[in-house]
Amino acid sequence: MEILVCARRVPDTSENEIQLNPAGNDIERDDLVYSINEPDNYAVEEALQIVAKAGGNVTVATVGGEEDEEILRREMAMGANKAVLLSDEVFCGSDGRGIATILKGFVQKGNYDLVLTGVQAEDAGAQVGGMLAAMLDYAFASLVNSIEVLDGKKLKISCEVEGGNKEISEIDLPCVLSIQTGINEPRYVGMRGIRQVASLEIPTYGASDLGVDKADVGEAAAKVKRDNYFVPALGKGAEILGGSSEEIAAKLIELMKAKGGL
Amino acid sequence: MITPAQASWWITLCLVIQFLGIACFVFIVTKRIAPLIRAEHDFRLDRPWLRAQMLLKFWFGQWKHPRYRVAGTLHLFIFAGFLILSTRAFYLLMFGLADDLAAPSTTGGIYDIVADYAATIVFLAVSAAAVRRVFFKPARYAVPERYGKGHPVDAIFLLALIAILMVSESLFEASRTAIQIQQGATADFLPLLSLPWILKDVLGSASLASLWKLHLVAYFVDVLTFYFLLCYRPFGIQFHVETSLFNVFFAKLDRGTVKPVRWGVNDERLDQVKSFGIKKFEDFTWKHMLDFYSCADCGRCSDNCPASAVGRPLSPRFLTIKARDYAFEHFPVFGKSSNSHALIGGIYSDDEIWSCTTCGACEEECPLMVEYIDKIVDLRRGLVDDGKVPKSIQKALKALESRGNPYGKMEKKRGDWAKEKEFQQSCTVKVLDGKSSAKTLYFVDSISSYDDRIQAIGRATARILSAAGEDFAILGAAEKDSAHDVRRFGEEMLFQALRDHNVDAIKTSGVSRIVTSDPHAYNALKHDYKDVPPVEHIGQFIARETKAGTLKLNDVQGSSNVYAYHDPCYLGRHNQVYDDPRAVLDAIPGLKRVEMSRCRDRSFCCGGGGLMLFYEPQEEERMGVKRVRMAAEVGANVIVTACPFCMVNIEDAIKVSGMEGKMTAIDLAELVDQHLVREVPQPEAKGNEELIHAHA
Repeated sequence: MEILVCARRVPDTSENEIQLNPAGNDIERDDLVYSINEPDNYAVEEALQIVAKAGGNVTVATVGGEEDEEILRREMAMGANKAVLLSDEVFCGSDGRGIATILKGFVQKGNYDLVLTGVQAEDAGAQVGGMLAAMLDYAFASLVNSIEVLDGKKLKISCEVEGGNKEISEIDLPCVLSIQTGINEPRYVGMRGIRQVASLEIPTYGASDLGVDKADVGEAAAKVKRDNYFVPALGKGAEILGGSSEEIAAKLIELMKAKGGL
Repeated sequence: MITPAQASWWITLCLVIQFLGIACFVFIVTKRIAPLIRAEHDFRLDRPWLRAQMLLKFWFGQWKHPRYRVAGTLHLFIFAGFLILSTRAFYLLMFGLADDLAAPSTTGGIYDIVADYAATIVFLAVSAAAVRRVFFKPARYAVPERYGKGHPVDAIFLLALIAILMVSESLFEASRTAIQIQQGATADFLPLLSLPWILKDVLGSASLASLWKLHLVAYFVDVLTFYFLLCYRPFGIQFHVETSLFNVFFAKLDRGTVKPVRWGVNDERLDQVKSFGIKKFEDFTWKHMLDFYSCADCGRCSDNCPASAVGRPLSPRFLTIKARDYAFEHFPVFGKSSNSHALIGGIYSDDEIWSCTTCGACEEECPLMVEYIDKIVDLRRGLVDDGKVPKSIQKALKALESRGNPYGKMEKKRGDWAKEKEFQQSCTVKVLDGKSSAKTLYFVDSISSYDDRIQAIGRATARILSAAGEDFAILGAAEKDSAHDVRRFGEEMLFQALRDHNVDAIKTSGVSRIVTSDPHAYNALKHDYKDVPPVEHIGQFIARETKAGTLKLNDVQGSSNVYAYHDPCYLGRHNQVYDDPRAVLDAIPGLKRVEMSRCRDRSFCCGGGGLMLFYEPQEEERMGVKRVRMAAEVGANVIVTACPFCMVNIEDAIKVSGMEGKMTAIDLAELVDQHLVREVPQPEAKGNEELIHAHA
């Protein structure tokens, strides 16, 4: 099975102190540490597990610049067979639809049975997977938390439903799936793995390579533009429970019940 | 009586038995050595004199045995008896039948007397050991259900064989003496109350013919038992009789270190190594396999292992026993050796390997110098190489890679602990940022730099250095995690990257010595880093400066606190710093100090430092909780430690065990800081006094 995973490089939420820039329309990006968007990492792991059982190849693609090569190498160290960087000046400032357009161009160049994306980008919405499927006229499922290959043409998948339930479906290939975190346990990528792929060539494709019309991508084509960025102010509402451990536990359970947590 | 023809028949039979016995033994041992030849290299021929000393102390001197009084003493007797009797056994086997089937005493004189007593003592010792096994059943010999069934019969069988050997040898002598007496010849001297002496009297009334028969039977039972035992030993724990000499001679010499990924492959060439760590049995080094053969299953390692004590799925004893059984099964004496399987998922589980805190209690205790930490680290290297790392640790490792600390905090905030307002009024900490210089580097490390609670230890350390007039500074943002536990968690390449960064920063700073308040950083700087200035733990620094009078300490001011010092593993066991911290405590006038039952080299790990803080173990109880209880048992109400990780674990343990208000924990540096006699500049005298009280 030929699998393409669309990945994205985002500021690592666990290793950054996110602050607004003075203009208030973006976060302060100096001193930020980036890593692969976590749901995408689960998608790559899932792809690797599928090819380990069913055979095939895993390709990872990202839209971005040279600095985004970092995550591609990490995913190759993880075990992806190929990585490609989709990079062009005209891609800059693309919105979700623009990115889906670029990815569509790449998918059509190849012969992929399955396209995976993370369920959402940690620094943006959950836009690309659905749009990409629509543009390609592929089947689509989101919030996928298990995949089983039935035969060469079908998958059995389950999708997360509110309340922890699962909806089990069969889906025809080729298709696009957006992968929920928790579908697997992504393997660790060590320094050694990254060093081993450090010198591998990562091919770069531009708009003309992908047959993407410049008018459909980039800032000019974007129909969604970021206007503002809001960081919630620290508010009230925190309460410190007192009493013995048993009392605290009882109060906590009561509160959780009252607020619908249980 | 025996005719010369009969005698030569007996002698021939005896020679055949001997030849078969030796041939069997050589065959079995050759088979046992087979996996060692296929194993990884391990260079163990360096420093032969030191190794000879080790042999003298730990093998010949049985140094560690008396740590367990009863078992140790019994073993001491058996071991000494064996050494003494080996000469006689050799003589008996070679020449026993040469002189008309009744060789006169071996070398004669005093040796014979000693040997007779030795046989008696060994007989008594194995009897006592058997009684102990059967009736008293010490808990540490029990085999927990998850490790399969115990083999109590094996131990008894072995003891019985030794007893038979002693009795048959003595009977051989006793019958000969009885014959001599009946024949009216000069009888050999048998020492009073020795086994042959007792047996001789028992045999006194027997007929001469039956005495001759007994004499021969005793001899053949002795020879047969000897060779049976010889060939039976390589099949179990009794093999240590042969292997212990080698295992102790080739023992690890450098405490606190971790073996390289591959012996003989330097860091620059590591990229060419195809697979890291231990994944299958053949990935162990030959010395580690020898460890498996040498284990006597005495259970002392697991008896001291904190992970075993709290019910984590790890027992050093079974780490070895399982590997030994694997070796026996896959490299059998009869039949072909079979293909190797993955160890993790086979005989070991992931959690078993991650459960170890590398505290070193097992290695400290093992009388046979079996190594554990290097094996655990090598097994972890294999897990890391295969990407099998628990998620919580993956996060910390990732943060270490991108930010140089496991918390993912900003590099530029690493020195912020020293900018706290109140602290800055009493102490300024220079940062070695290229513009300033200092004689001494205070290597803070991640936890003391970023953890809100632990920063207090950093500030106390800085105040002490300052009070001693030390020209010191920190690296600030240029410092990264010492990576001590990154290495011990098997992520060697990340360790090397962080180490190289720090070595570079330290060298550039131009300092001539290093002080740290973190035993893990201390161990890393001392053993894992190369070419850095000498390093000292703050406890050692304080001990020296109080002795020299540079630092003066106030008395306890009527406090009735009872202090117990908890030895951090990486200060105590791994670096043998036991006395300095105690000397510091004793330098505080009026301080009442008690020792926990498990102290010094038997200290009980708090729960583990470094990345262990990020691991979520399966356990019934926290190690820290056990430790806090140990302090309470000896009547202490303050636990003094000298390690930031111990502080985190012990303070947590005090909370979860509901001992808040009854027990507190304090770092040695914090305690000293509270009792410092500060040089008080006259005009600000009042303000400074308030400060002392504020800290006290």
